[in-house]
Amino acid sequence: MDLTYTEEEEAFRQGLRAWLADVLPKLPAKPSPGDWPGRRAYDTAWQRTLYDAGYGEVHWDASPTRRLIFLEETEKAGAPYVGANFVGLLHAGPTIASEGTPEQRARWLPPVLRGDEVWCQGFSEPDAGSDLASLRTRAWRDGDDYVVSGSKIWTSHAEVADWCELLVRTTPVSEDVPKHRGITWLAMPMGAAGITVRPLRTLAGSAEFAEVFLDEVRVPVANRVGAENDGWRVTMVTLSFERGTAFVGEVVACRRLLGELAREARANGRWDDAVLRRRLGRLSAEFAALWRLTQWNVSEGRRTGGVPGTGGSVFKLRYSHARQALYDAAADVLGPGALDLDRAWTLERLSSLSYTIAAGTSQIQRNIVAERILGLPKGR
Amino acid sequence: MSRAVDFQLTDDQKALKRGIRDVLEGRFGRDALRAAVDAADAAAAAADVDAGAVADALETLRLDRELWRALGDAGFFSLCVPESAGGVGLGLPEAVLAFEEAGRVLLPGPAVATFLAAGEVEGAAAGEVVVTAVDGGLVPWLAEADVVRGNAAGAVAVRSVDPLTPLHRVPDGPLAPTAAVLLLAAEQLGSAARTCEAAVQYAQDRQQFGGPVGRFQAVQHLCADMLVRAETARAAVYAAAVTGDPLEALGAKLLADDAAVRNARDCLQAHGGMGFTWESDVHLHLKRAWVRAGLGRTAARAEEELAAAL
Ligand SMILES: Cc1cc2nc3c(=O)[nH]c(=O)nc-3n(C[C@H](O)[C@H](O)[C@H](O)COP(=O)(O)OP(=O)(O)OC[C@H]3O[C@@H](n4cnc5c(N)ncnc54)[C@H](O)[C@@H]3O)c2cc1C
Repeated sequence: MDLTYTEEEEAFRQGLRAWLADVLPKLPAKPSPGDWPGRRAYDTAWQRTLYDAGYGEVHWDASPTRRLIFLEETEKAGAPYVGANFVGLLHAGPTIASEGTPEQRARWLPPVLRGDEVWCQGFSEPDAGSDLASLRTRAWRDGDDYVVSGSKIWTSHAEVADWCELLVRTTPVSEDVPKHRGITWLAMPMGAAGITVRPLRTLAGSAEFAEVFLDEVRVPVANRVGAENDGWRVTMVTLSFERGTAFVGEVVACRRLLGELAREARANGRWDDAVLRRRLGRLSAEFAALWRLTQWNVSEGRRTGGVPGTGGSVFKLRYSHARQALYDAAADVLGPGALDLDRAWTLERLSSLSYTIAAGTSQIQRNIVAERILGLPKGR
Repeated sequence: MSRAVDFQLTDDQKALKRGIRDVLEGRFGRDALRAAVDAADAAAAAADVDAGAVADALETLRLDRELWRALGDAGFFSLCVPESAGGVGLGLPEAVLAFEEAGRVLLPGPAVATFLAAGEVEGAAAGEVVVTAVDGGLVPWLAEADVVRGNAAGAVAVRSVDPLTPLHRVPDGPLAPTAAVLLLAAEQLGSAARTCEAAVQYAQDRQQFGGPVGRFQAVQHLCADMLVRAETARAAVYAAAVTGDPLEALGAKLLADDAAVRNARDCLQAHGGMGFTWESDVHLHLKRAWVRAGLGRTAARAEEELAAAL
């Protein structure tokens, strides 16, 4: 157990801090939540800025410590969030890095790092949510292409994405082929003919995700990551990145938000309420522990070859509920202000309602913990 | 790769933890635990006959001095005593691993105070001298202690909820130092992990509706939440041991208290009627967890201190 930083890591921190202090004041104003093209442009420009300064690849840094330092420092300084780069940087990219061929890595990774290309995730379907392996979008071979038909749902950033990490069924389920067997992982260009994107409005009012209809879309066989019908294994890699590391930066954000909340409470008199004060005190311990749990998982992941373990489910469960508790506490601090959509807290509170659903619901995470970590018999 | 933040236990630390578990399970396994409970029980029953003689009963709940000396011989109390003074010369991270193991087996006695007195109080390191400390409004094992740190004047015996921890109340004592807070948190962690294991084991063994109850999702999710509590507390406790930061230690204790108490309750639930029996060990974990939650720093106090730092 060692939590001290090396001189080299400290130097990295100091350099980053100085750089952030220099560039952040020069950033343009943030686009409004409904302005998707504006958001894409803003998010990718930030990634480009990082890239030009030598920080483009930091999320994939071989040193998990530098990754964590980066997340800590950018959050503390209030730097932009990964936003539209989320899928590319935090799970599609790492999946390709871990499972792709050298050609695939050369084709797809640099544009993600430069902020040139945005990815989305086409996993869920209307009839395949928690039971993802029951997905029905079909793909069949035609020469050097797969021809894909079906539909996806809840596809975040679909409207502005260039690529989609797409799960398709290449072999129909039968007595000999269980549902997990016939799945294949494809990189689908979102500009291909036959794709229709229909935005869906979330309860927060904006269109964060979409339905994606696929009508005989041609995807080159060369875009397949992993073997045909071996997509479920590749999917597990993607999901372990999504659950294990993708939310890590947000823990730091929560610690910052908690500090802001305490300031707000001191200013508006709610601090005198001992019950509320103690709730904030406990949340402080909670997020400190979640940060430590992150460090724990990351150093464990290094031993399992860079792919985060099932510990990601432990983290995701605890984190998503803690974050919702943070916004509930915020509502009590803000009082009537919690009903005001012009307060950033209100929108964020609404967004936080998805955390226990997206990337696998809390119930599904508990199933994973119970069956895969604790070894309890397959549930019913 | 260069040395970097690496939170995993080193091989030495793993070996130490295993070694301590072996010693503790060898000297204080389940039979010894139940024998200690029976002895405490007999003492309490005697006190009931002789109504009002609570103090006498507590006098008769003896600490197992032989066990205490065996722990001393094994180097348990002197883990953090410098090698130059005859100790093992390790630090708080190793101490935390040792106390996690103590929490697992429900080791009775004022181990935290004795451990922290080792090197300062003659004989504590060897387990010859039993040391207790006034901690807030409570003093554990006052009658059995050879040395009491803090002012226990006016201490009044309490009929303790935990059969294996005699308690006295004092008007108002000093707050425990950070190291004590952390070692108590480590014991809570050990208990939380143990009750999680026990619940999982029982869920695999107990058959209802034609199969193990652990195949029911309601039971699985109870167990999953127990693991999440234990592992979150583990990250917090280990990190606080490494940094030694007082606030981080308070936060770790807060989470470890919660994990120990709530895991014991969920463990009880997973055991059904068996969980409500005296014969099951679940209540021993719950009661000890309650006692430890009242020591070191109460939740109210820790939360206020953490809030003040926001
Ligand atoms: C904001 C947001 C963004 C998203 N972005 C994407 C994206 O970009 N790409 C993508 O592919 N998907 C995305 N999703 C989809 C997400 O992964 C699914 O919503 C999620 O997996 C749950 O599936 P479902 O909505 O079909 O719910 P269902 O599976 O229908 O679940 C309904 C309820 O039943 C419970 N349930 C289901 N099965 C079980 C079981 N075995 N045991 C216990 N309880 C069970 C669930 O916990 C839930 O409470 C997003 C979702 C949200 C909310």
